[in-house]
Amino acid sequence: MHDLLTGVFFWIALGVCLIGMLARFIMYFRGLSWQLDRVAYTSYPGVGFRGAVRSIYKWLIPFGTYGWRTQPFIAVIFFGFHIGAVLIPLFLLGHNLFLREKLGISFFTLNAAFADILTWTVVASAFFFVLRRLILPEVRIMTTLYDYFILAVSIAPFVTGLLARYQVGDYSFWLNMHIFCGELLLIVIPFTKLSHVFLFFASRAQLGMDFGIKRGGMKGTKMAW
Amino acid sequence: MPEGTLCNKKPVDTAEGINTLLADTSGNTYYQEMKALEVDSDLLWKTIQNTFKSRMKTWFEICAHCGMCAESCFLYQVNGRDPKQVPAYKIQSTLGKIIKRKGKVDNQFMRDTMEVAWAKCTCCNRCGMYCPHGIDTGIMFGYLRGLLYQQGFVPWELKIGAGMHRVYRAQMDITNEDFVDTFEWMVEEYEDDYPGLTVPVDIEGADIMYTVNAREVKHYPEDLAEAAILFHIAGENWTVPSKGWEETSLAMFAGDWVACKMQVESVYEAMERLKPKRMIGTECGHAHRATVIEGPYWAGRKNGQPPSESIHYVEWLAEALNTGKLKIDPSKRIKEPVTLQDSCNYIRNQGLKKATRDIIKHIVEPGYFIEMSPNKEHNYCCGGGGGFNGIGKFRKQRNIALITKRDQILATGAKLVLAPCHNCWDAIRDLEEEYEIGIRWSFLKPIVIKMLDIPEHLKPEE
Repeated sequence: MHDLLTGVFFWIALGVCLIGMLARFIMYFRGLSWQLDRVAYTSYPGVGFRGAVRSIYKWLIPFGTYGWRTQPFIAVIFFGFHIGAVLIPLFLLGHNLFLREKLGISFFTLNAAFADILTWTVVASAFFFVLRRLILPEVRIMTTLYDYFILAVSIAPFVTGLLARYQVGDYSFWLNMHIFCGELLLIVIPFTKLSHVFLFFASRAQLGMDFGIKRGGMKGTKMAW
Repeated sequence: MPEGTLCNKKPVDTAEGINTLLADTSGNTYYQEMKALEVDSDLLWKTIQNTFKSRMKTWFEICAHCGMCAESCFLYQVNGRDPKQVPAYKIQSTLGKIIKRKGKVDNQFMRDTMEVAWAKCTCCNRCGMYCPHGIDTGIMFGYLRGLLYQQGFVPWELKIGAGMHRVYRAQMDITNEDFVDTFEWMVEEYEDDYPGLTVPVDIEGADIMYTVNAREVKHYPEDLAEAAILFHIAGENWTVPSKGWEETSLAMFAGDWVACKMQVESVYEAMERLKPKRMIGTECGHAHRATVIEGPYWAGRKNGQPPSESIHYVEWLAEALNTGKLKIDPSKRIKEPVTLQDSCNYIRNQGLKKATRDIIKHIVEPGYFIEMSPNKEHNYCCGGGGGFNGIGKFRKQRNIALITKRDQILATGAKLVLAPCHNCWDAIRDLEEEYEIGIRWSFLKPIVIKMLDIPEHLKPEE
């Protein structure tokens, strides 16, 4: 089982995720229409590009936008979740060892204690995400089972990873579960709401171009995101 | 009966048709007929397939249902934080459902959707600035309005308004002759006070081609005279077109994209005919949005620009004051607490916040200007944008919507509100009428004229 998960399944999951993301990214930009969107994308590539970069960059900075600053609670749990969710898969020592074996590459490795903190923060933030969905009327009204499914798929590799990390019960069982959940996550990314992991950049870039080209950028006004 | 005689899918494009609709008091019969109007689901779905592309598709797909847009919406805030007023919910429970059901929705659904599209969103685009994913719900509501218009589910006044543009190329039944006559008459009224004051009509190659809001011609003709006076004192080489003088677009509020195109093309034709260096529109927000910001795209202009460089009145006024073309007598500046309404259509949607504040520096004694909070791009809609002001059926909802602006103004302590936008001006007038908070409100032109330092040679002989 372990061999299968770390062998052919790993390659399938990685391939589906990367090719899927790339294809959808290309499809997104090919589907933009200057006339339907009412943005002269190609006439002003310079201001469009600057607007796009600024729009992405500002929202990636914790409290970098007016939106984040006016809602500090969600900002904290949002970044608590996403910083770990991006750093842990890429920079955990175990993952790097695995990647070196599989792909012959490895990245910078996180300090083990720091990695623990990040992982627990991801799980705790996910708990607050659920709490928000249950308690706040403005979130509850839009929440569907699908939202919980997405959250469950996203958090499963972290929870199983912790169970393996602390060797709760059968280590090899949790390790296999962890790998399975991680691969499942990779496979569903391009086809579900999780596509936001890359379409976030596309969508933010589009609105950045919109503001950069049409809504003030050419008047010398940077949008106060 | 699938199609009513008044309420149907056919746009109004004759004067008789408009008169018949107008004769139906408050649209009573029109709305009665709407209850039986059939939805053409095939057409609806086909239109969606042709026009609902990657940007909006992705917005729907990646919306995390996080609710961060809730607080950004003044209608959510002012309606007791009703979760049904959360922008993401509003669009998903309307446009989202139409798409999920592939256009197979019924009459009741479309009538409910009409209320959401025109009474629960003013297309102010504020929520778009608060979504981490960059989802601009206001844009989607504009799109939804187009679908509703196509199916005949549009408020009575806006069906008429869009029809006016189709018939008169103006938002009201004002002919080109009415426009020129009124402008000339108003200028005559003031020529004793301002010797040499004229209204140059159809001058080719002028520095400025001035366009207006038809309301000014019909209800506020002094505004035309004031525009002429200010251009005159500033020594501008300006003109008005006898055709293509209307900058506004109720068709945009209605979602009648065909009429939108017809309307802006009439202005662009005037630009191409007269070849002015610049076009300047009056103190109106949505008119600028329609003719300068969105219009080029409706007209199929790939570079997103009108044929002549086009600027808002506040940009011209700021320039005239900054360069000394217009001089203010410092002793006549405003010396009372005063605040400024930032119009969504040209502040949030074109970033002109500096121009209005430059004007303030010239016309308000230092220390008397008080910003609203929030302000500039983050300012709230006046409460009457997107056509909301003009829809009788939703007057109750509109009056509630005014509370945000009322409280913002009250918090400044100012008794005078500068509102360089027709819609905002109306909303602020209505909020005073409704809530009696003891404020005055004004466009910029009349205020500036009163404090001008007029050069000797332009003064009347004693």
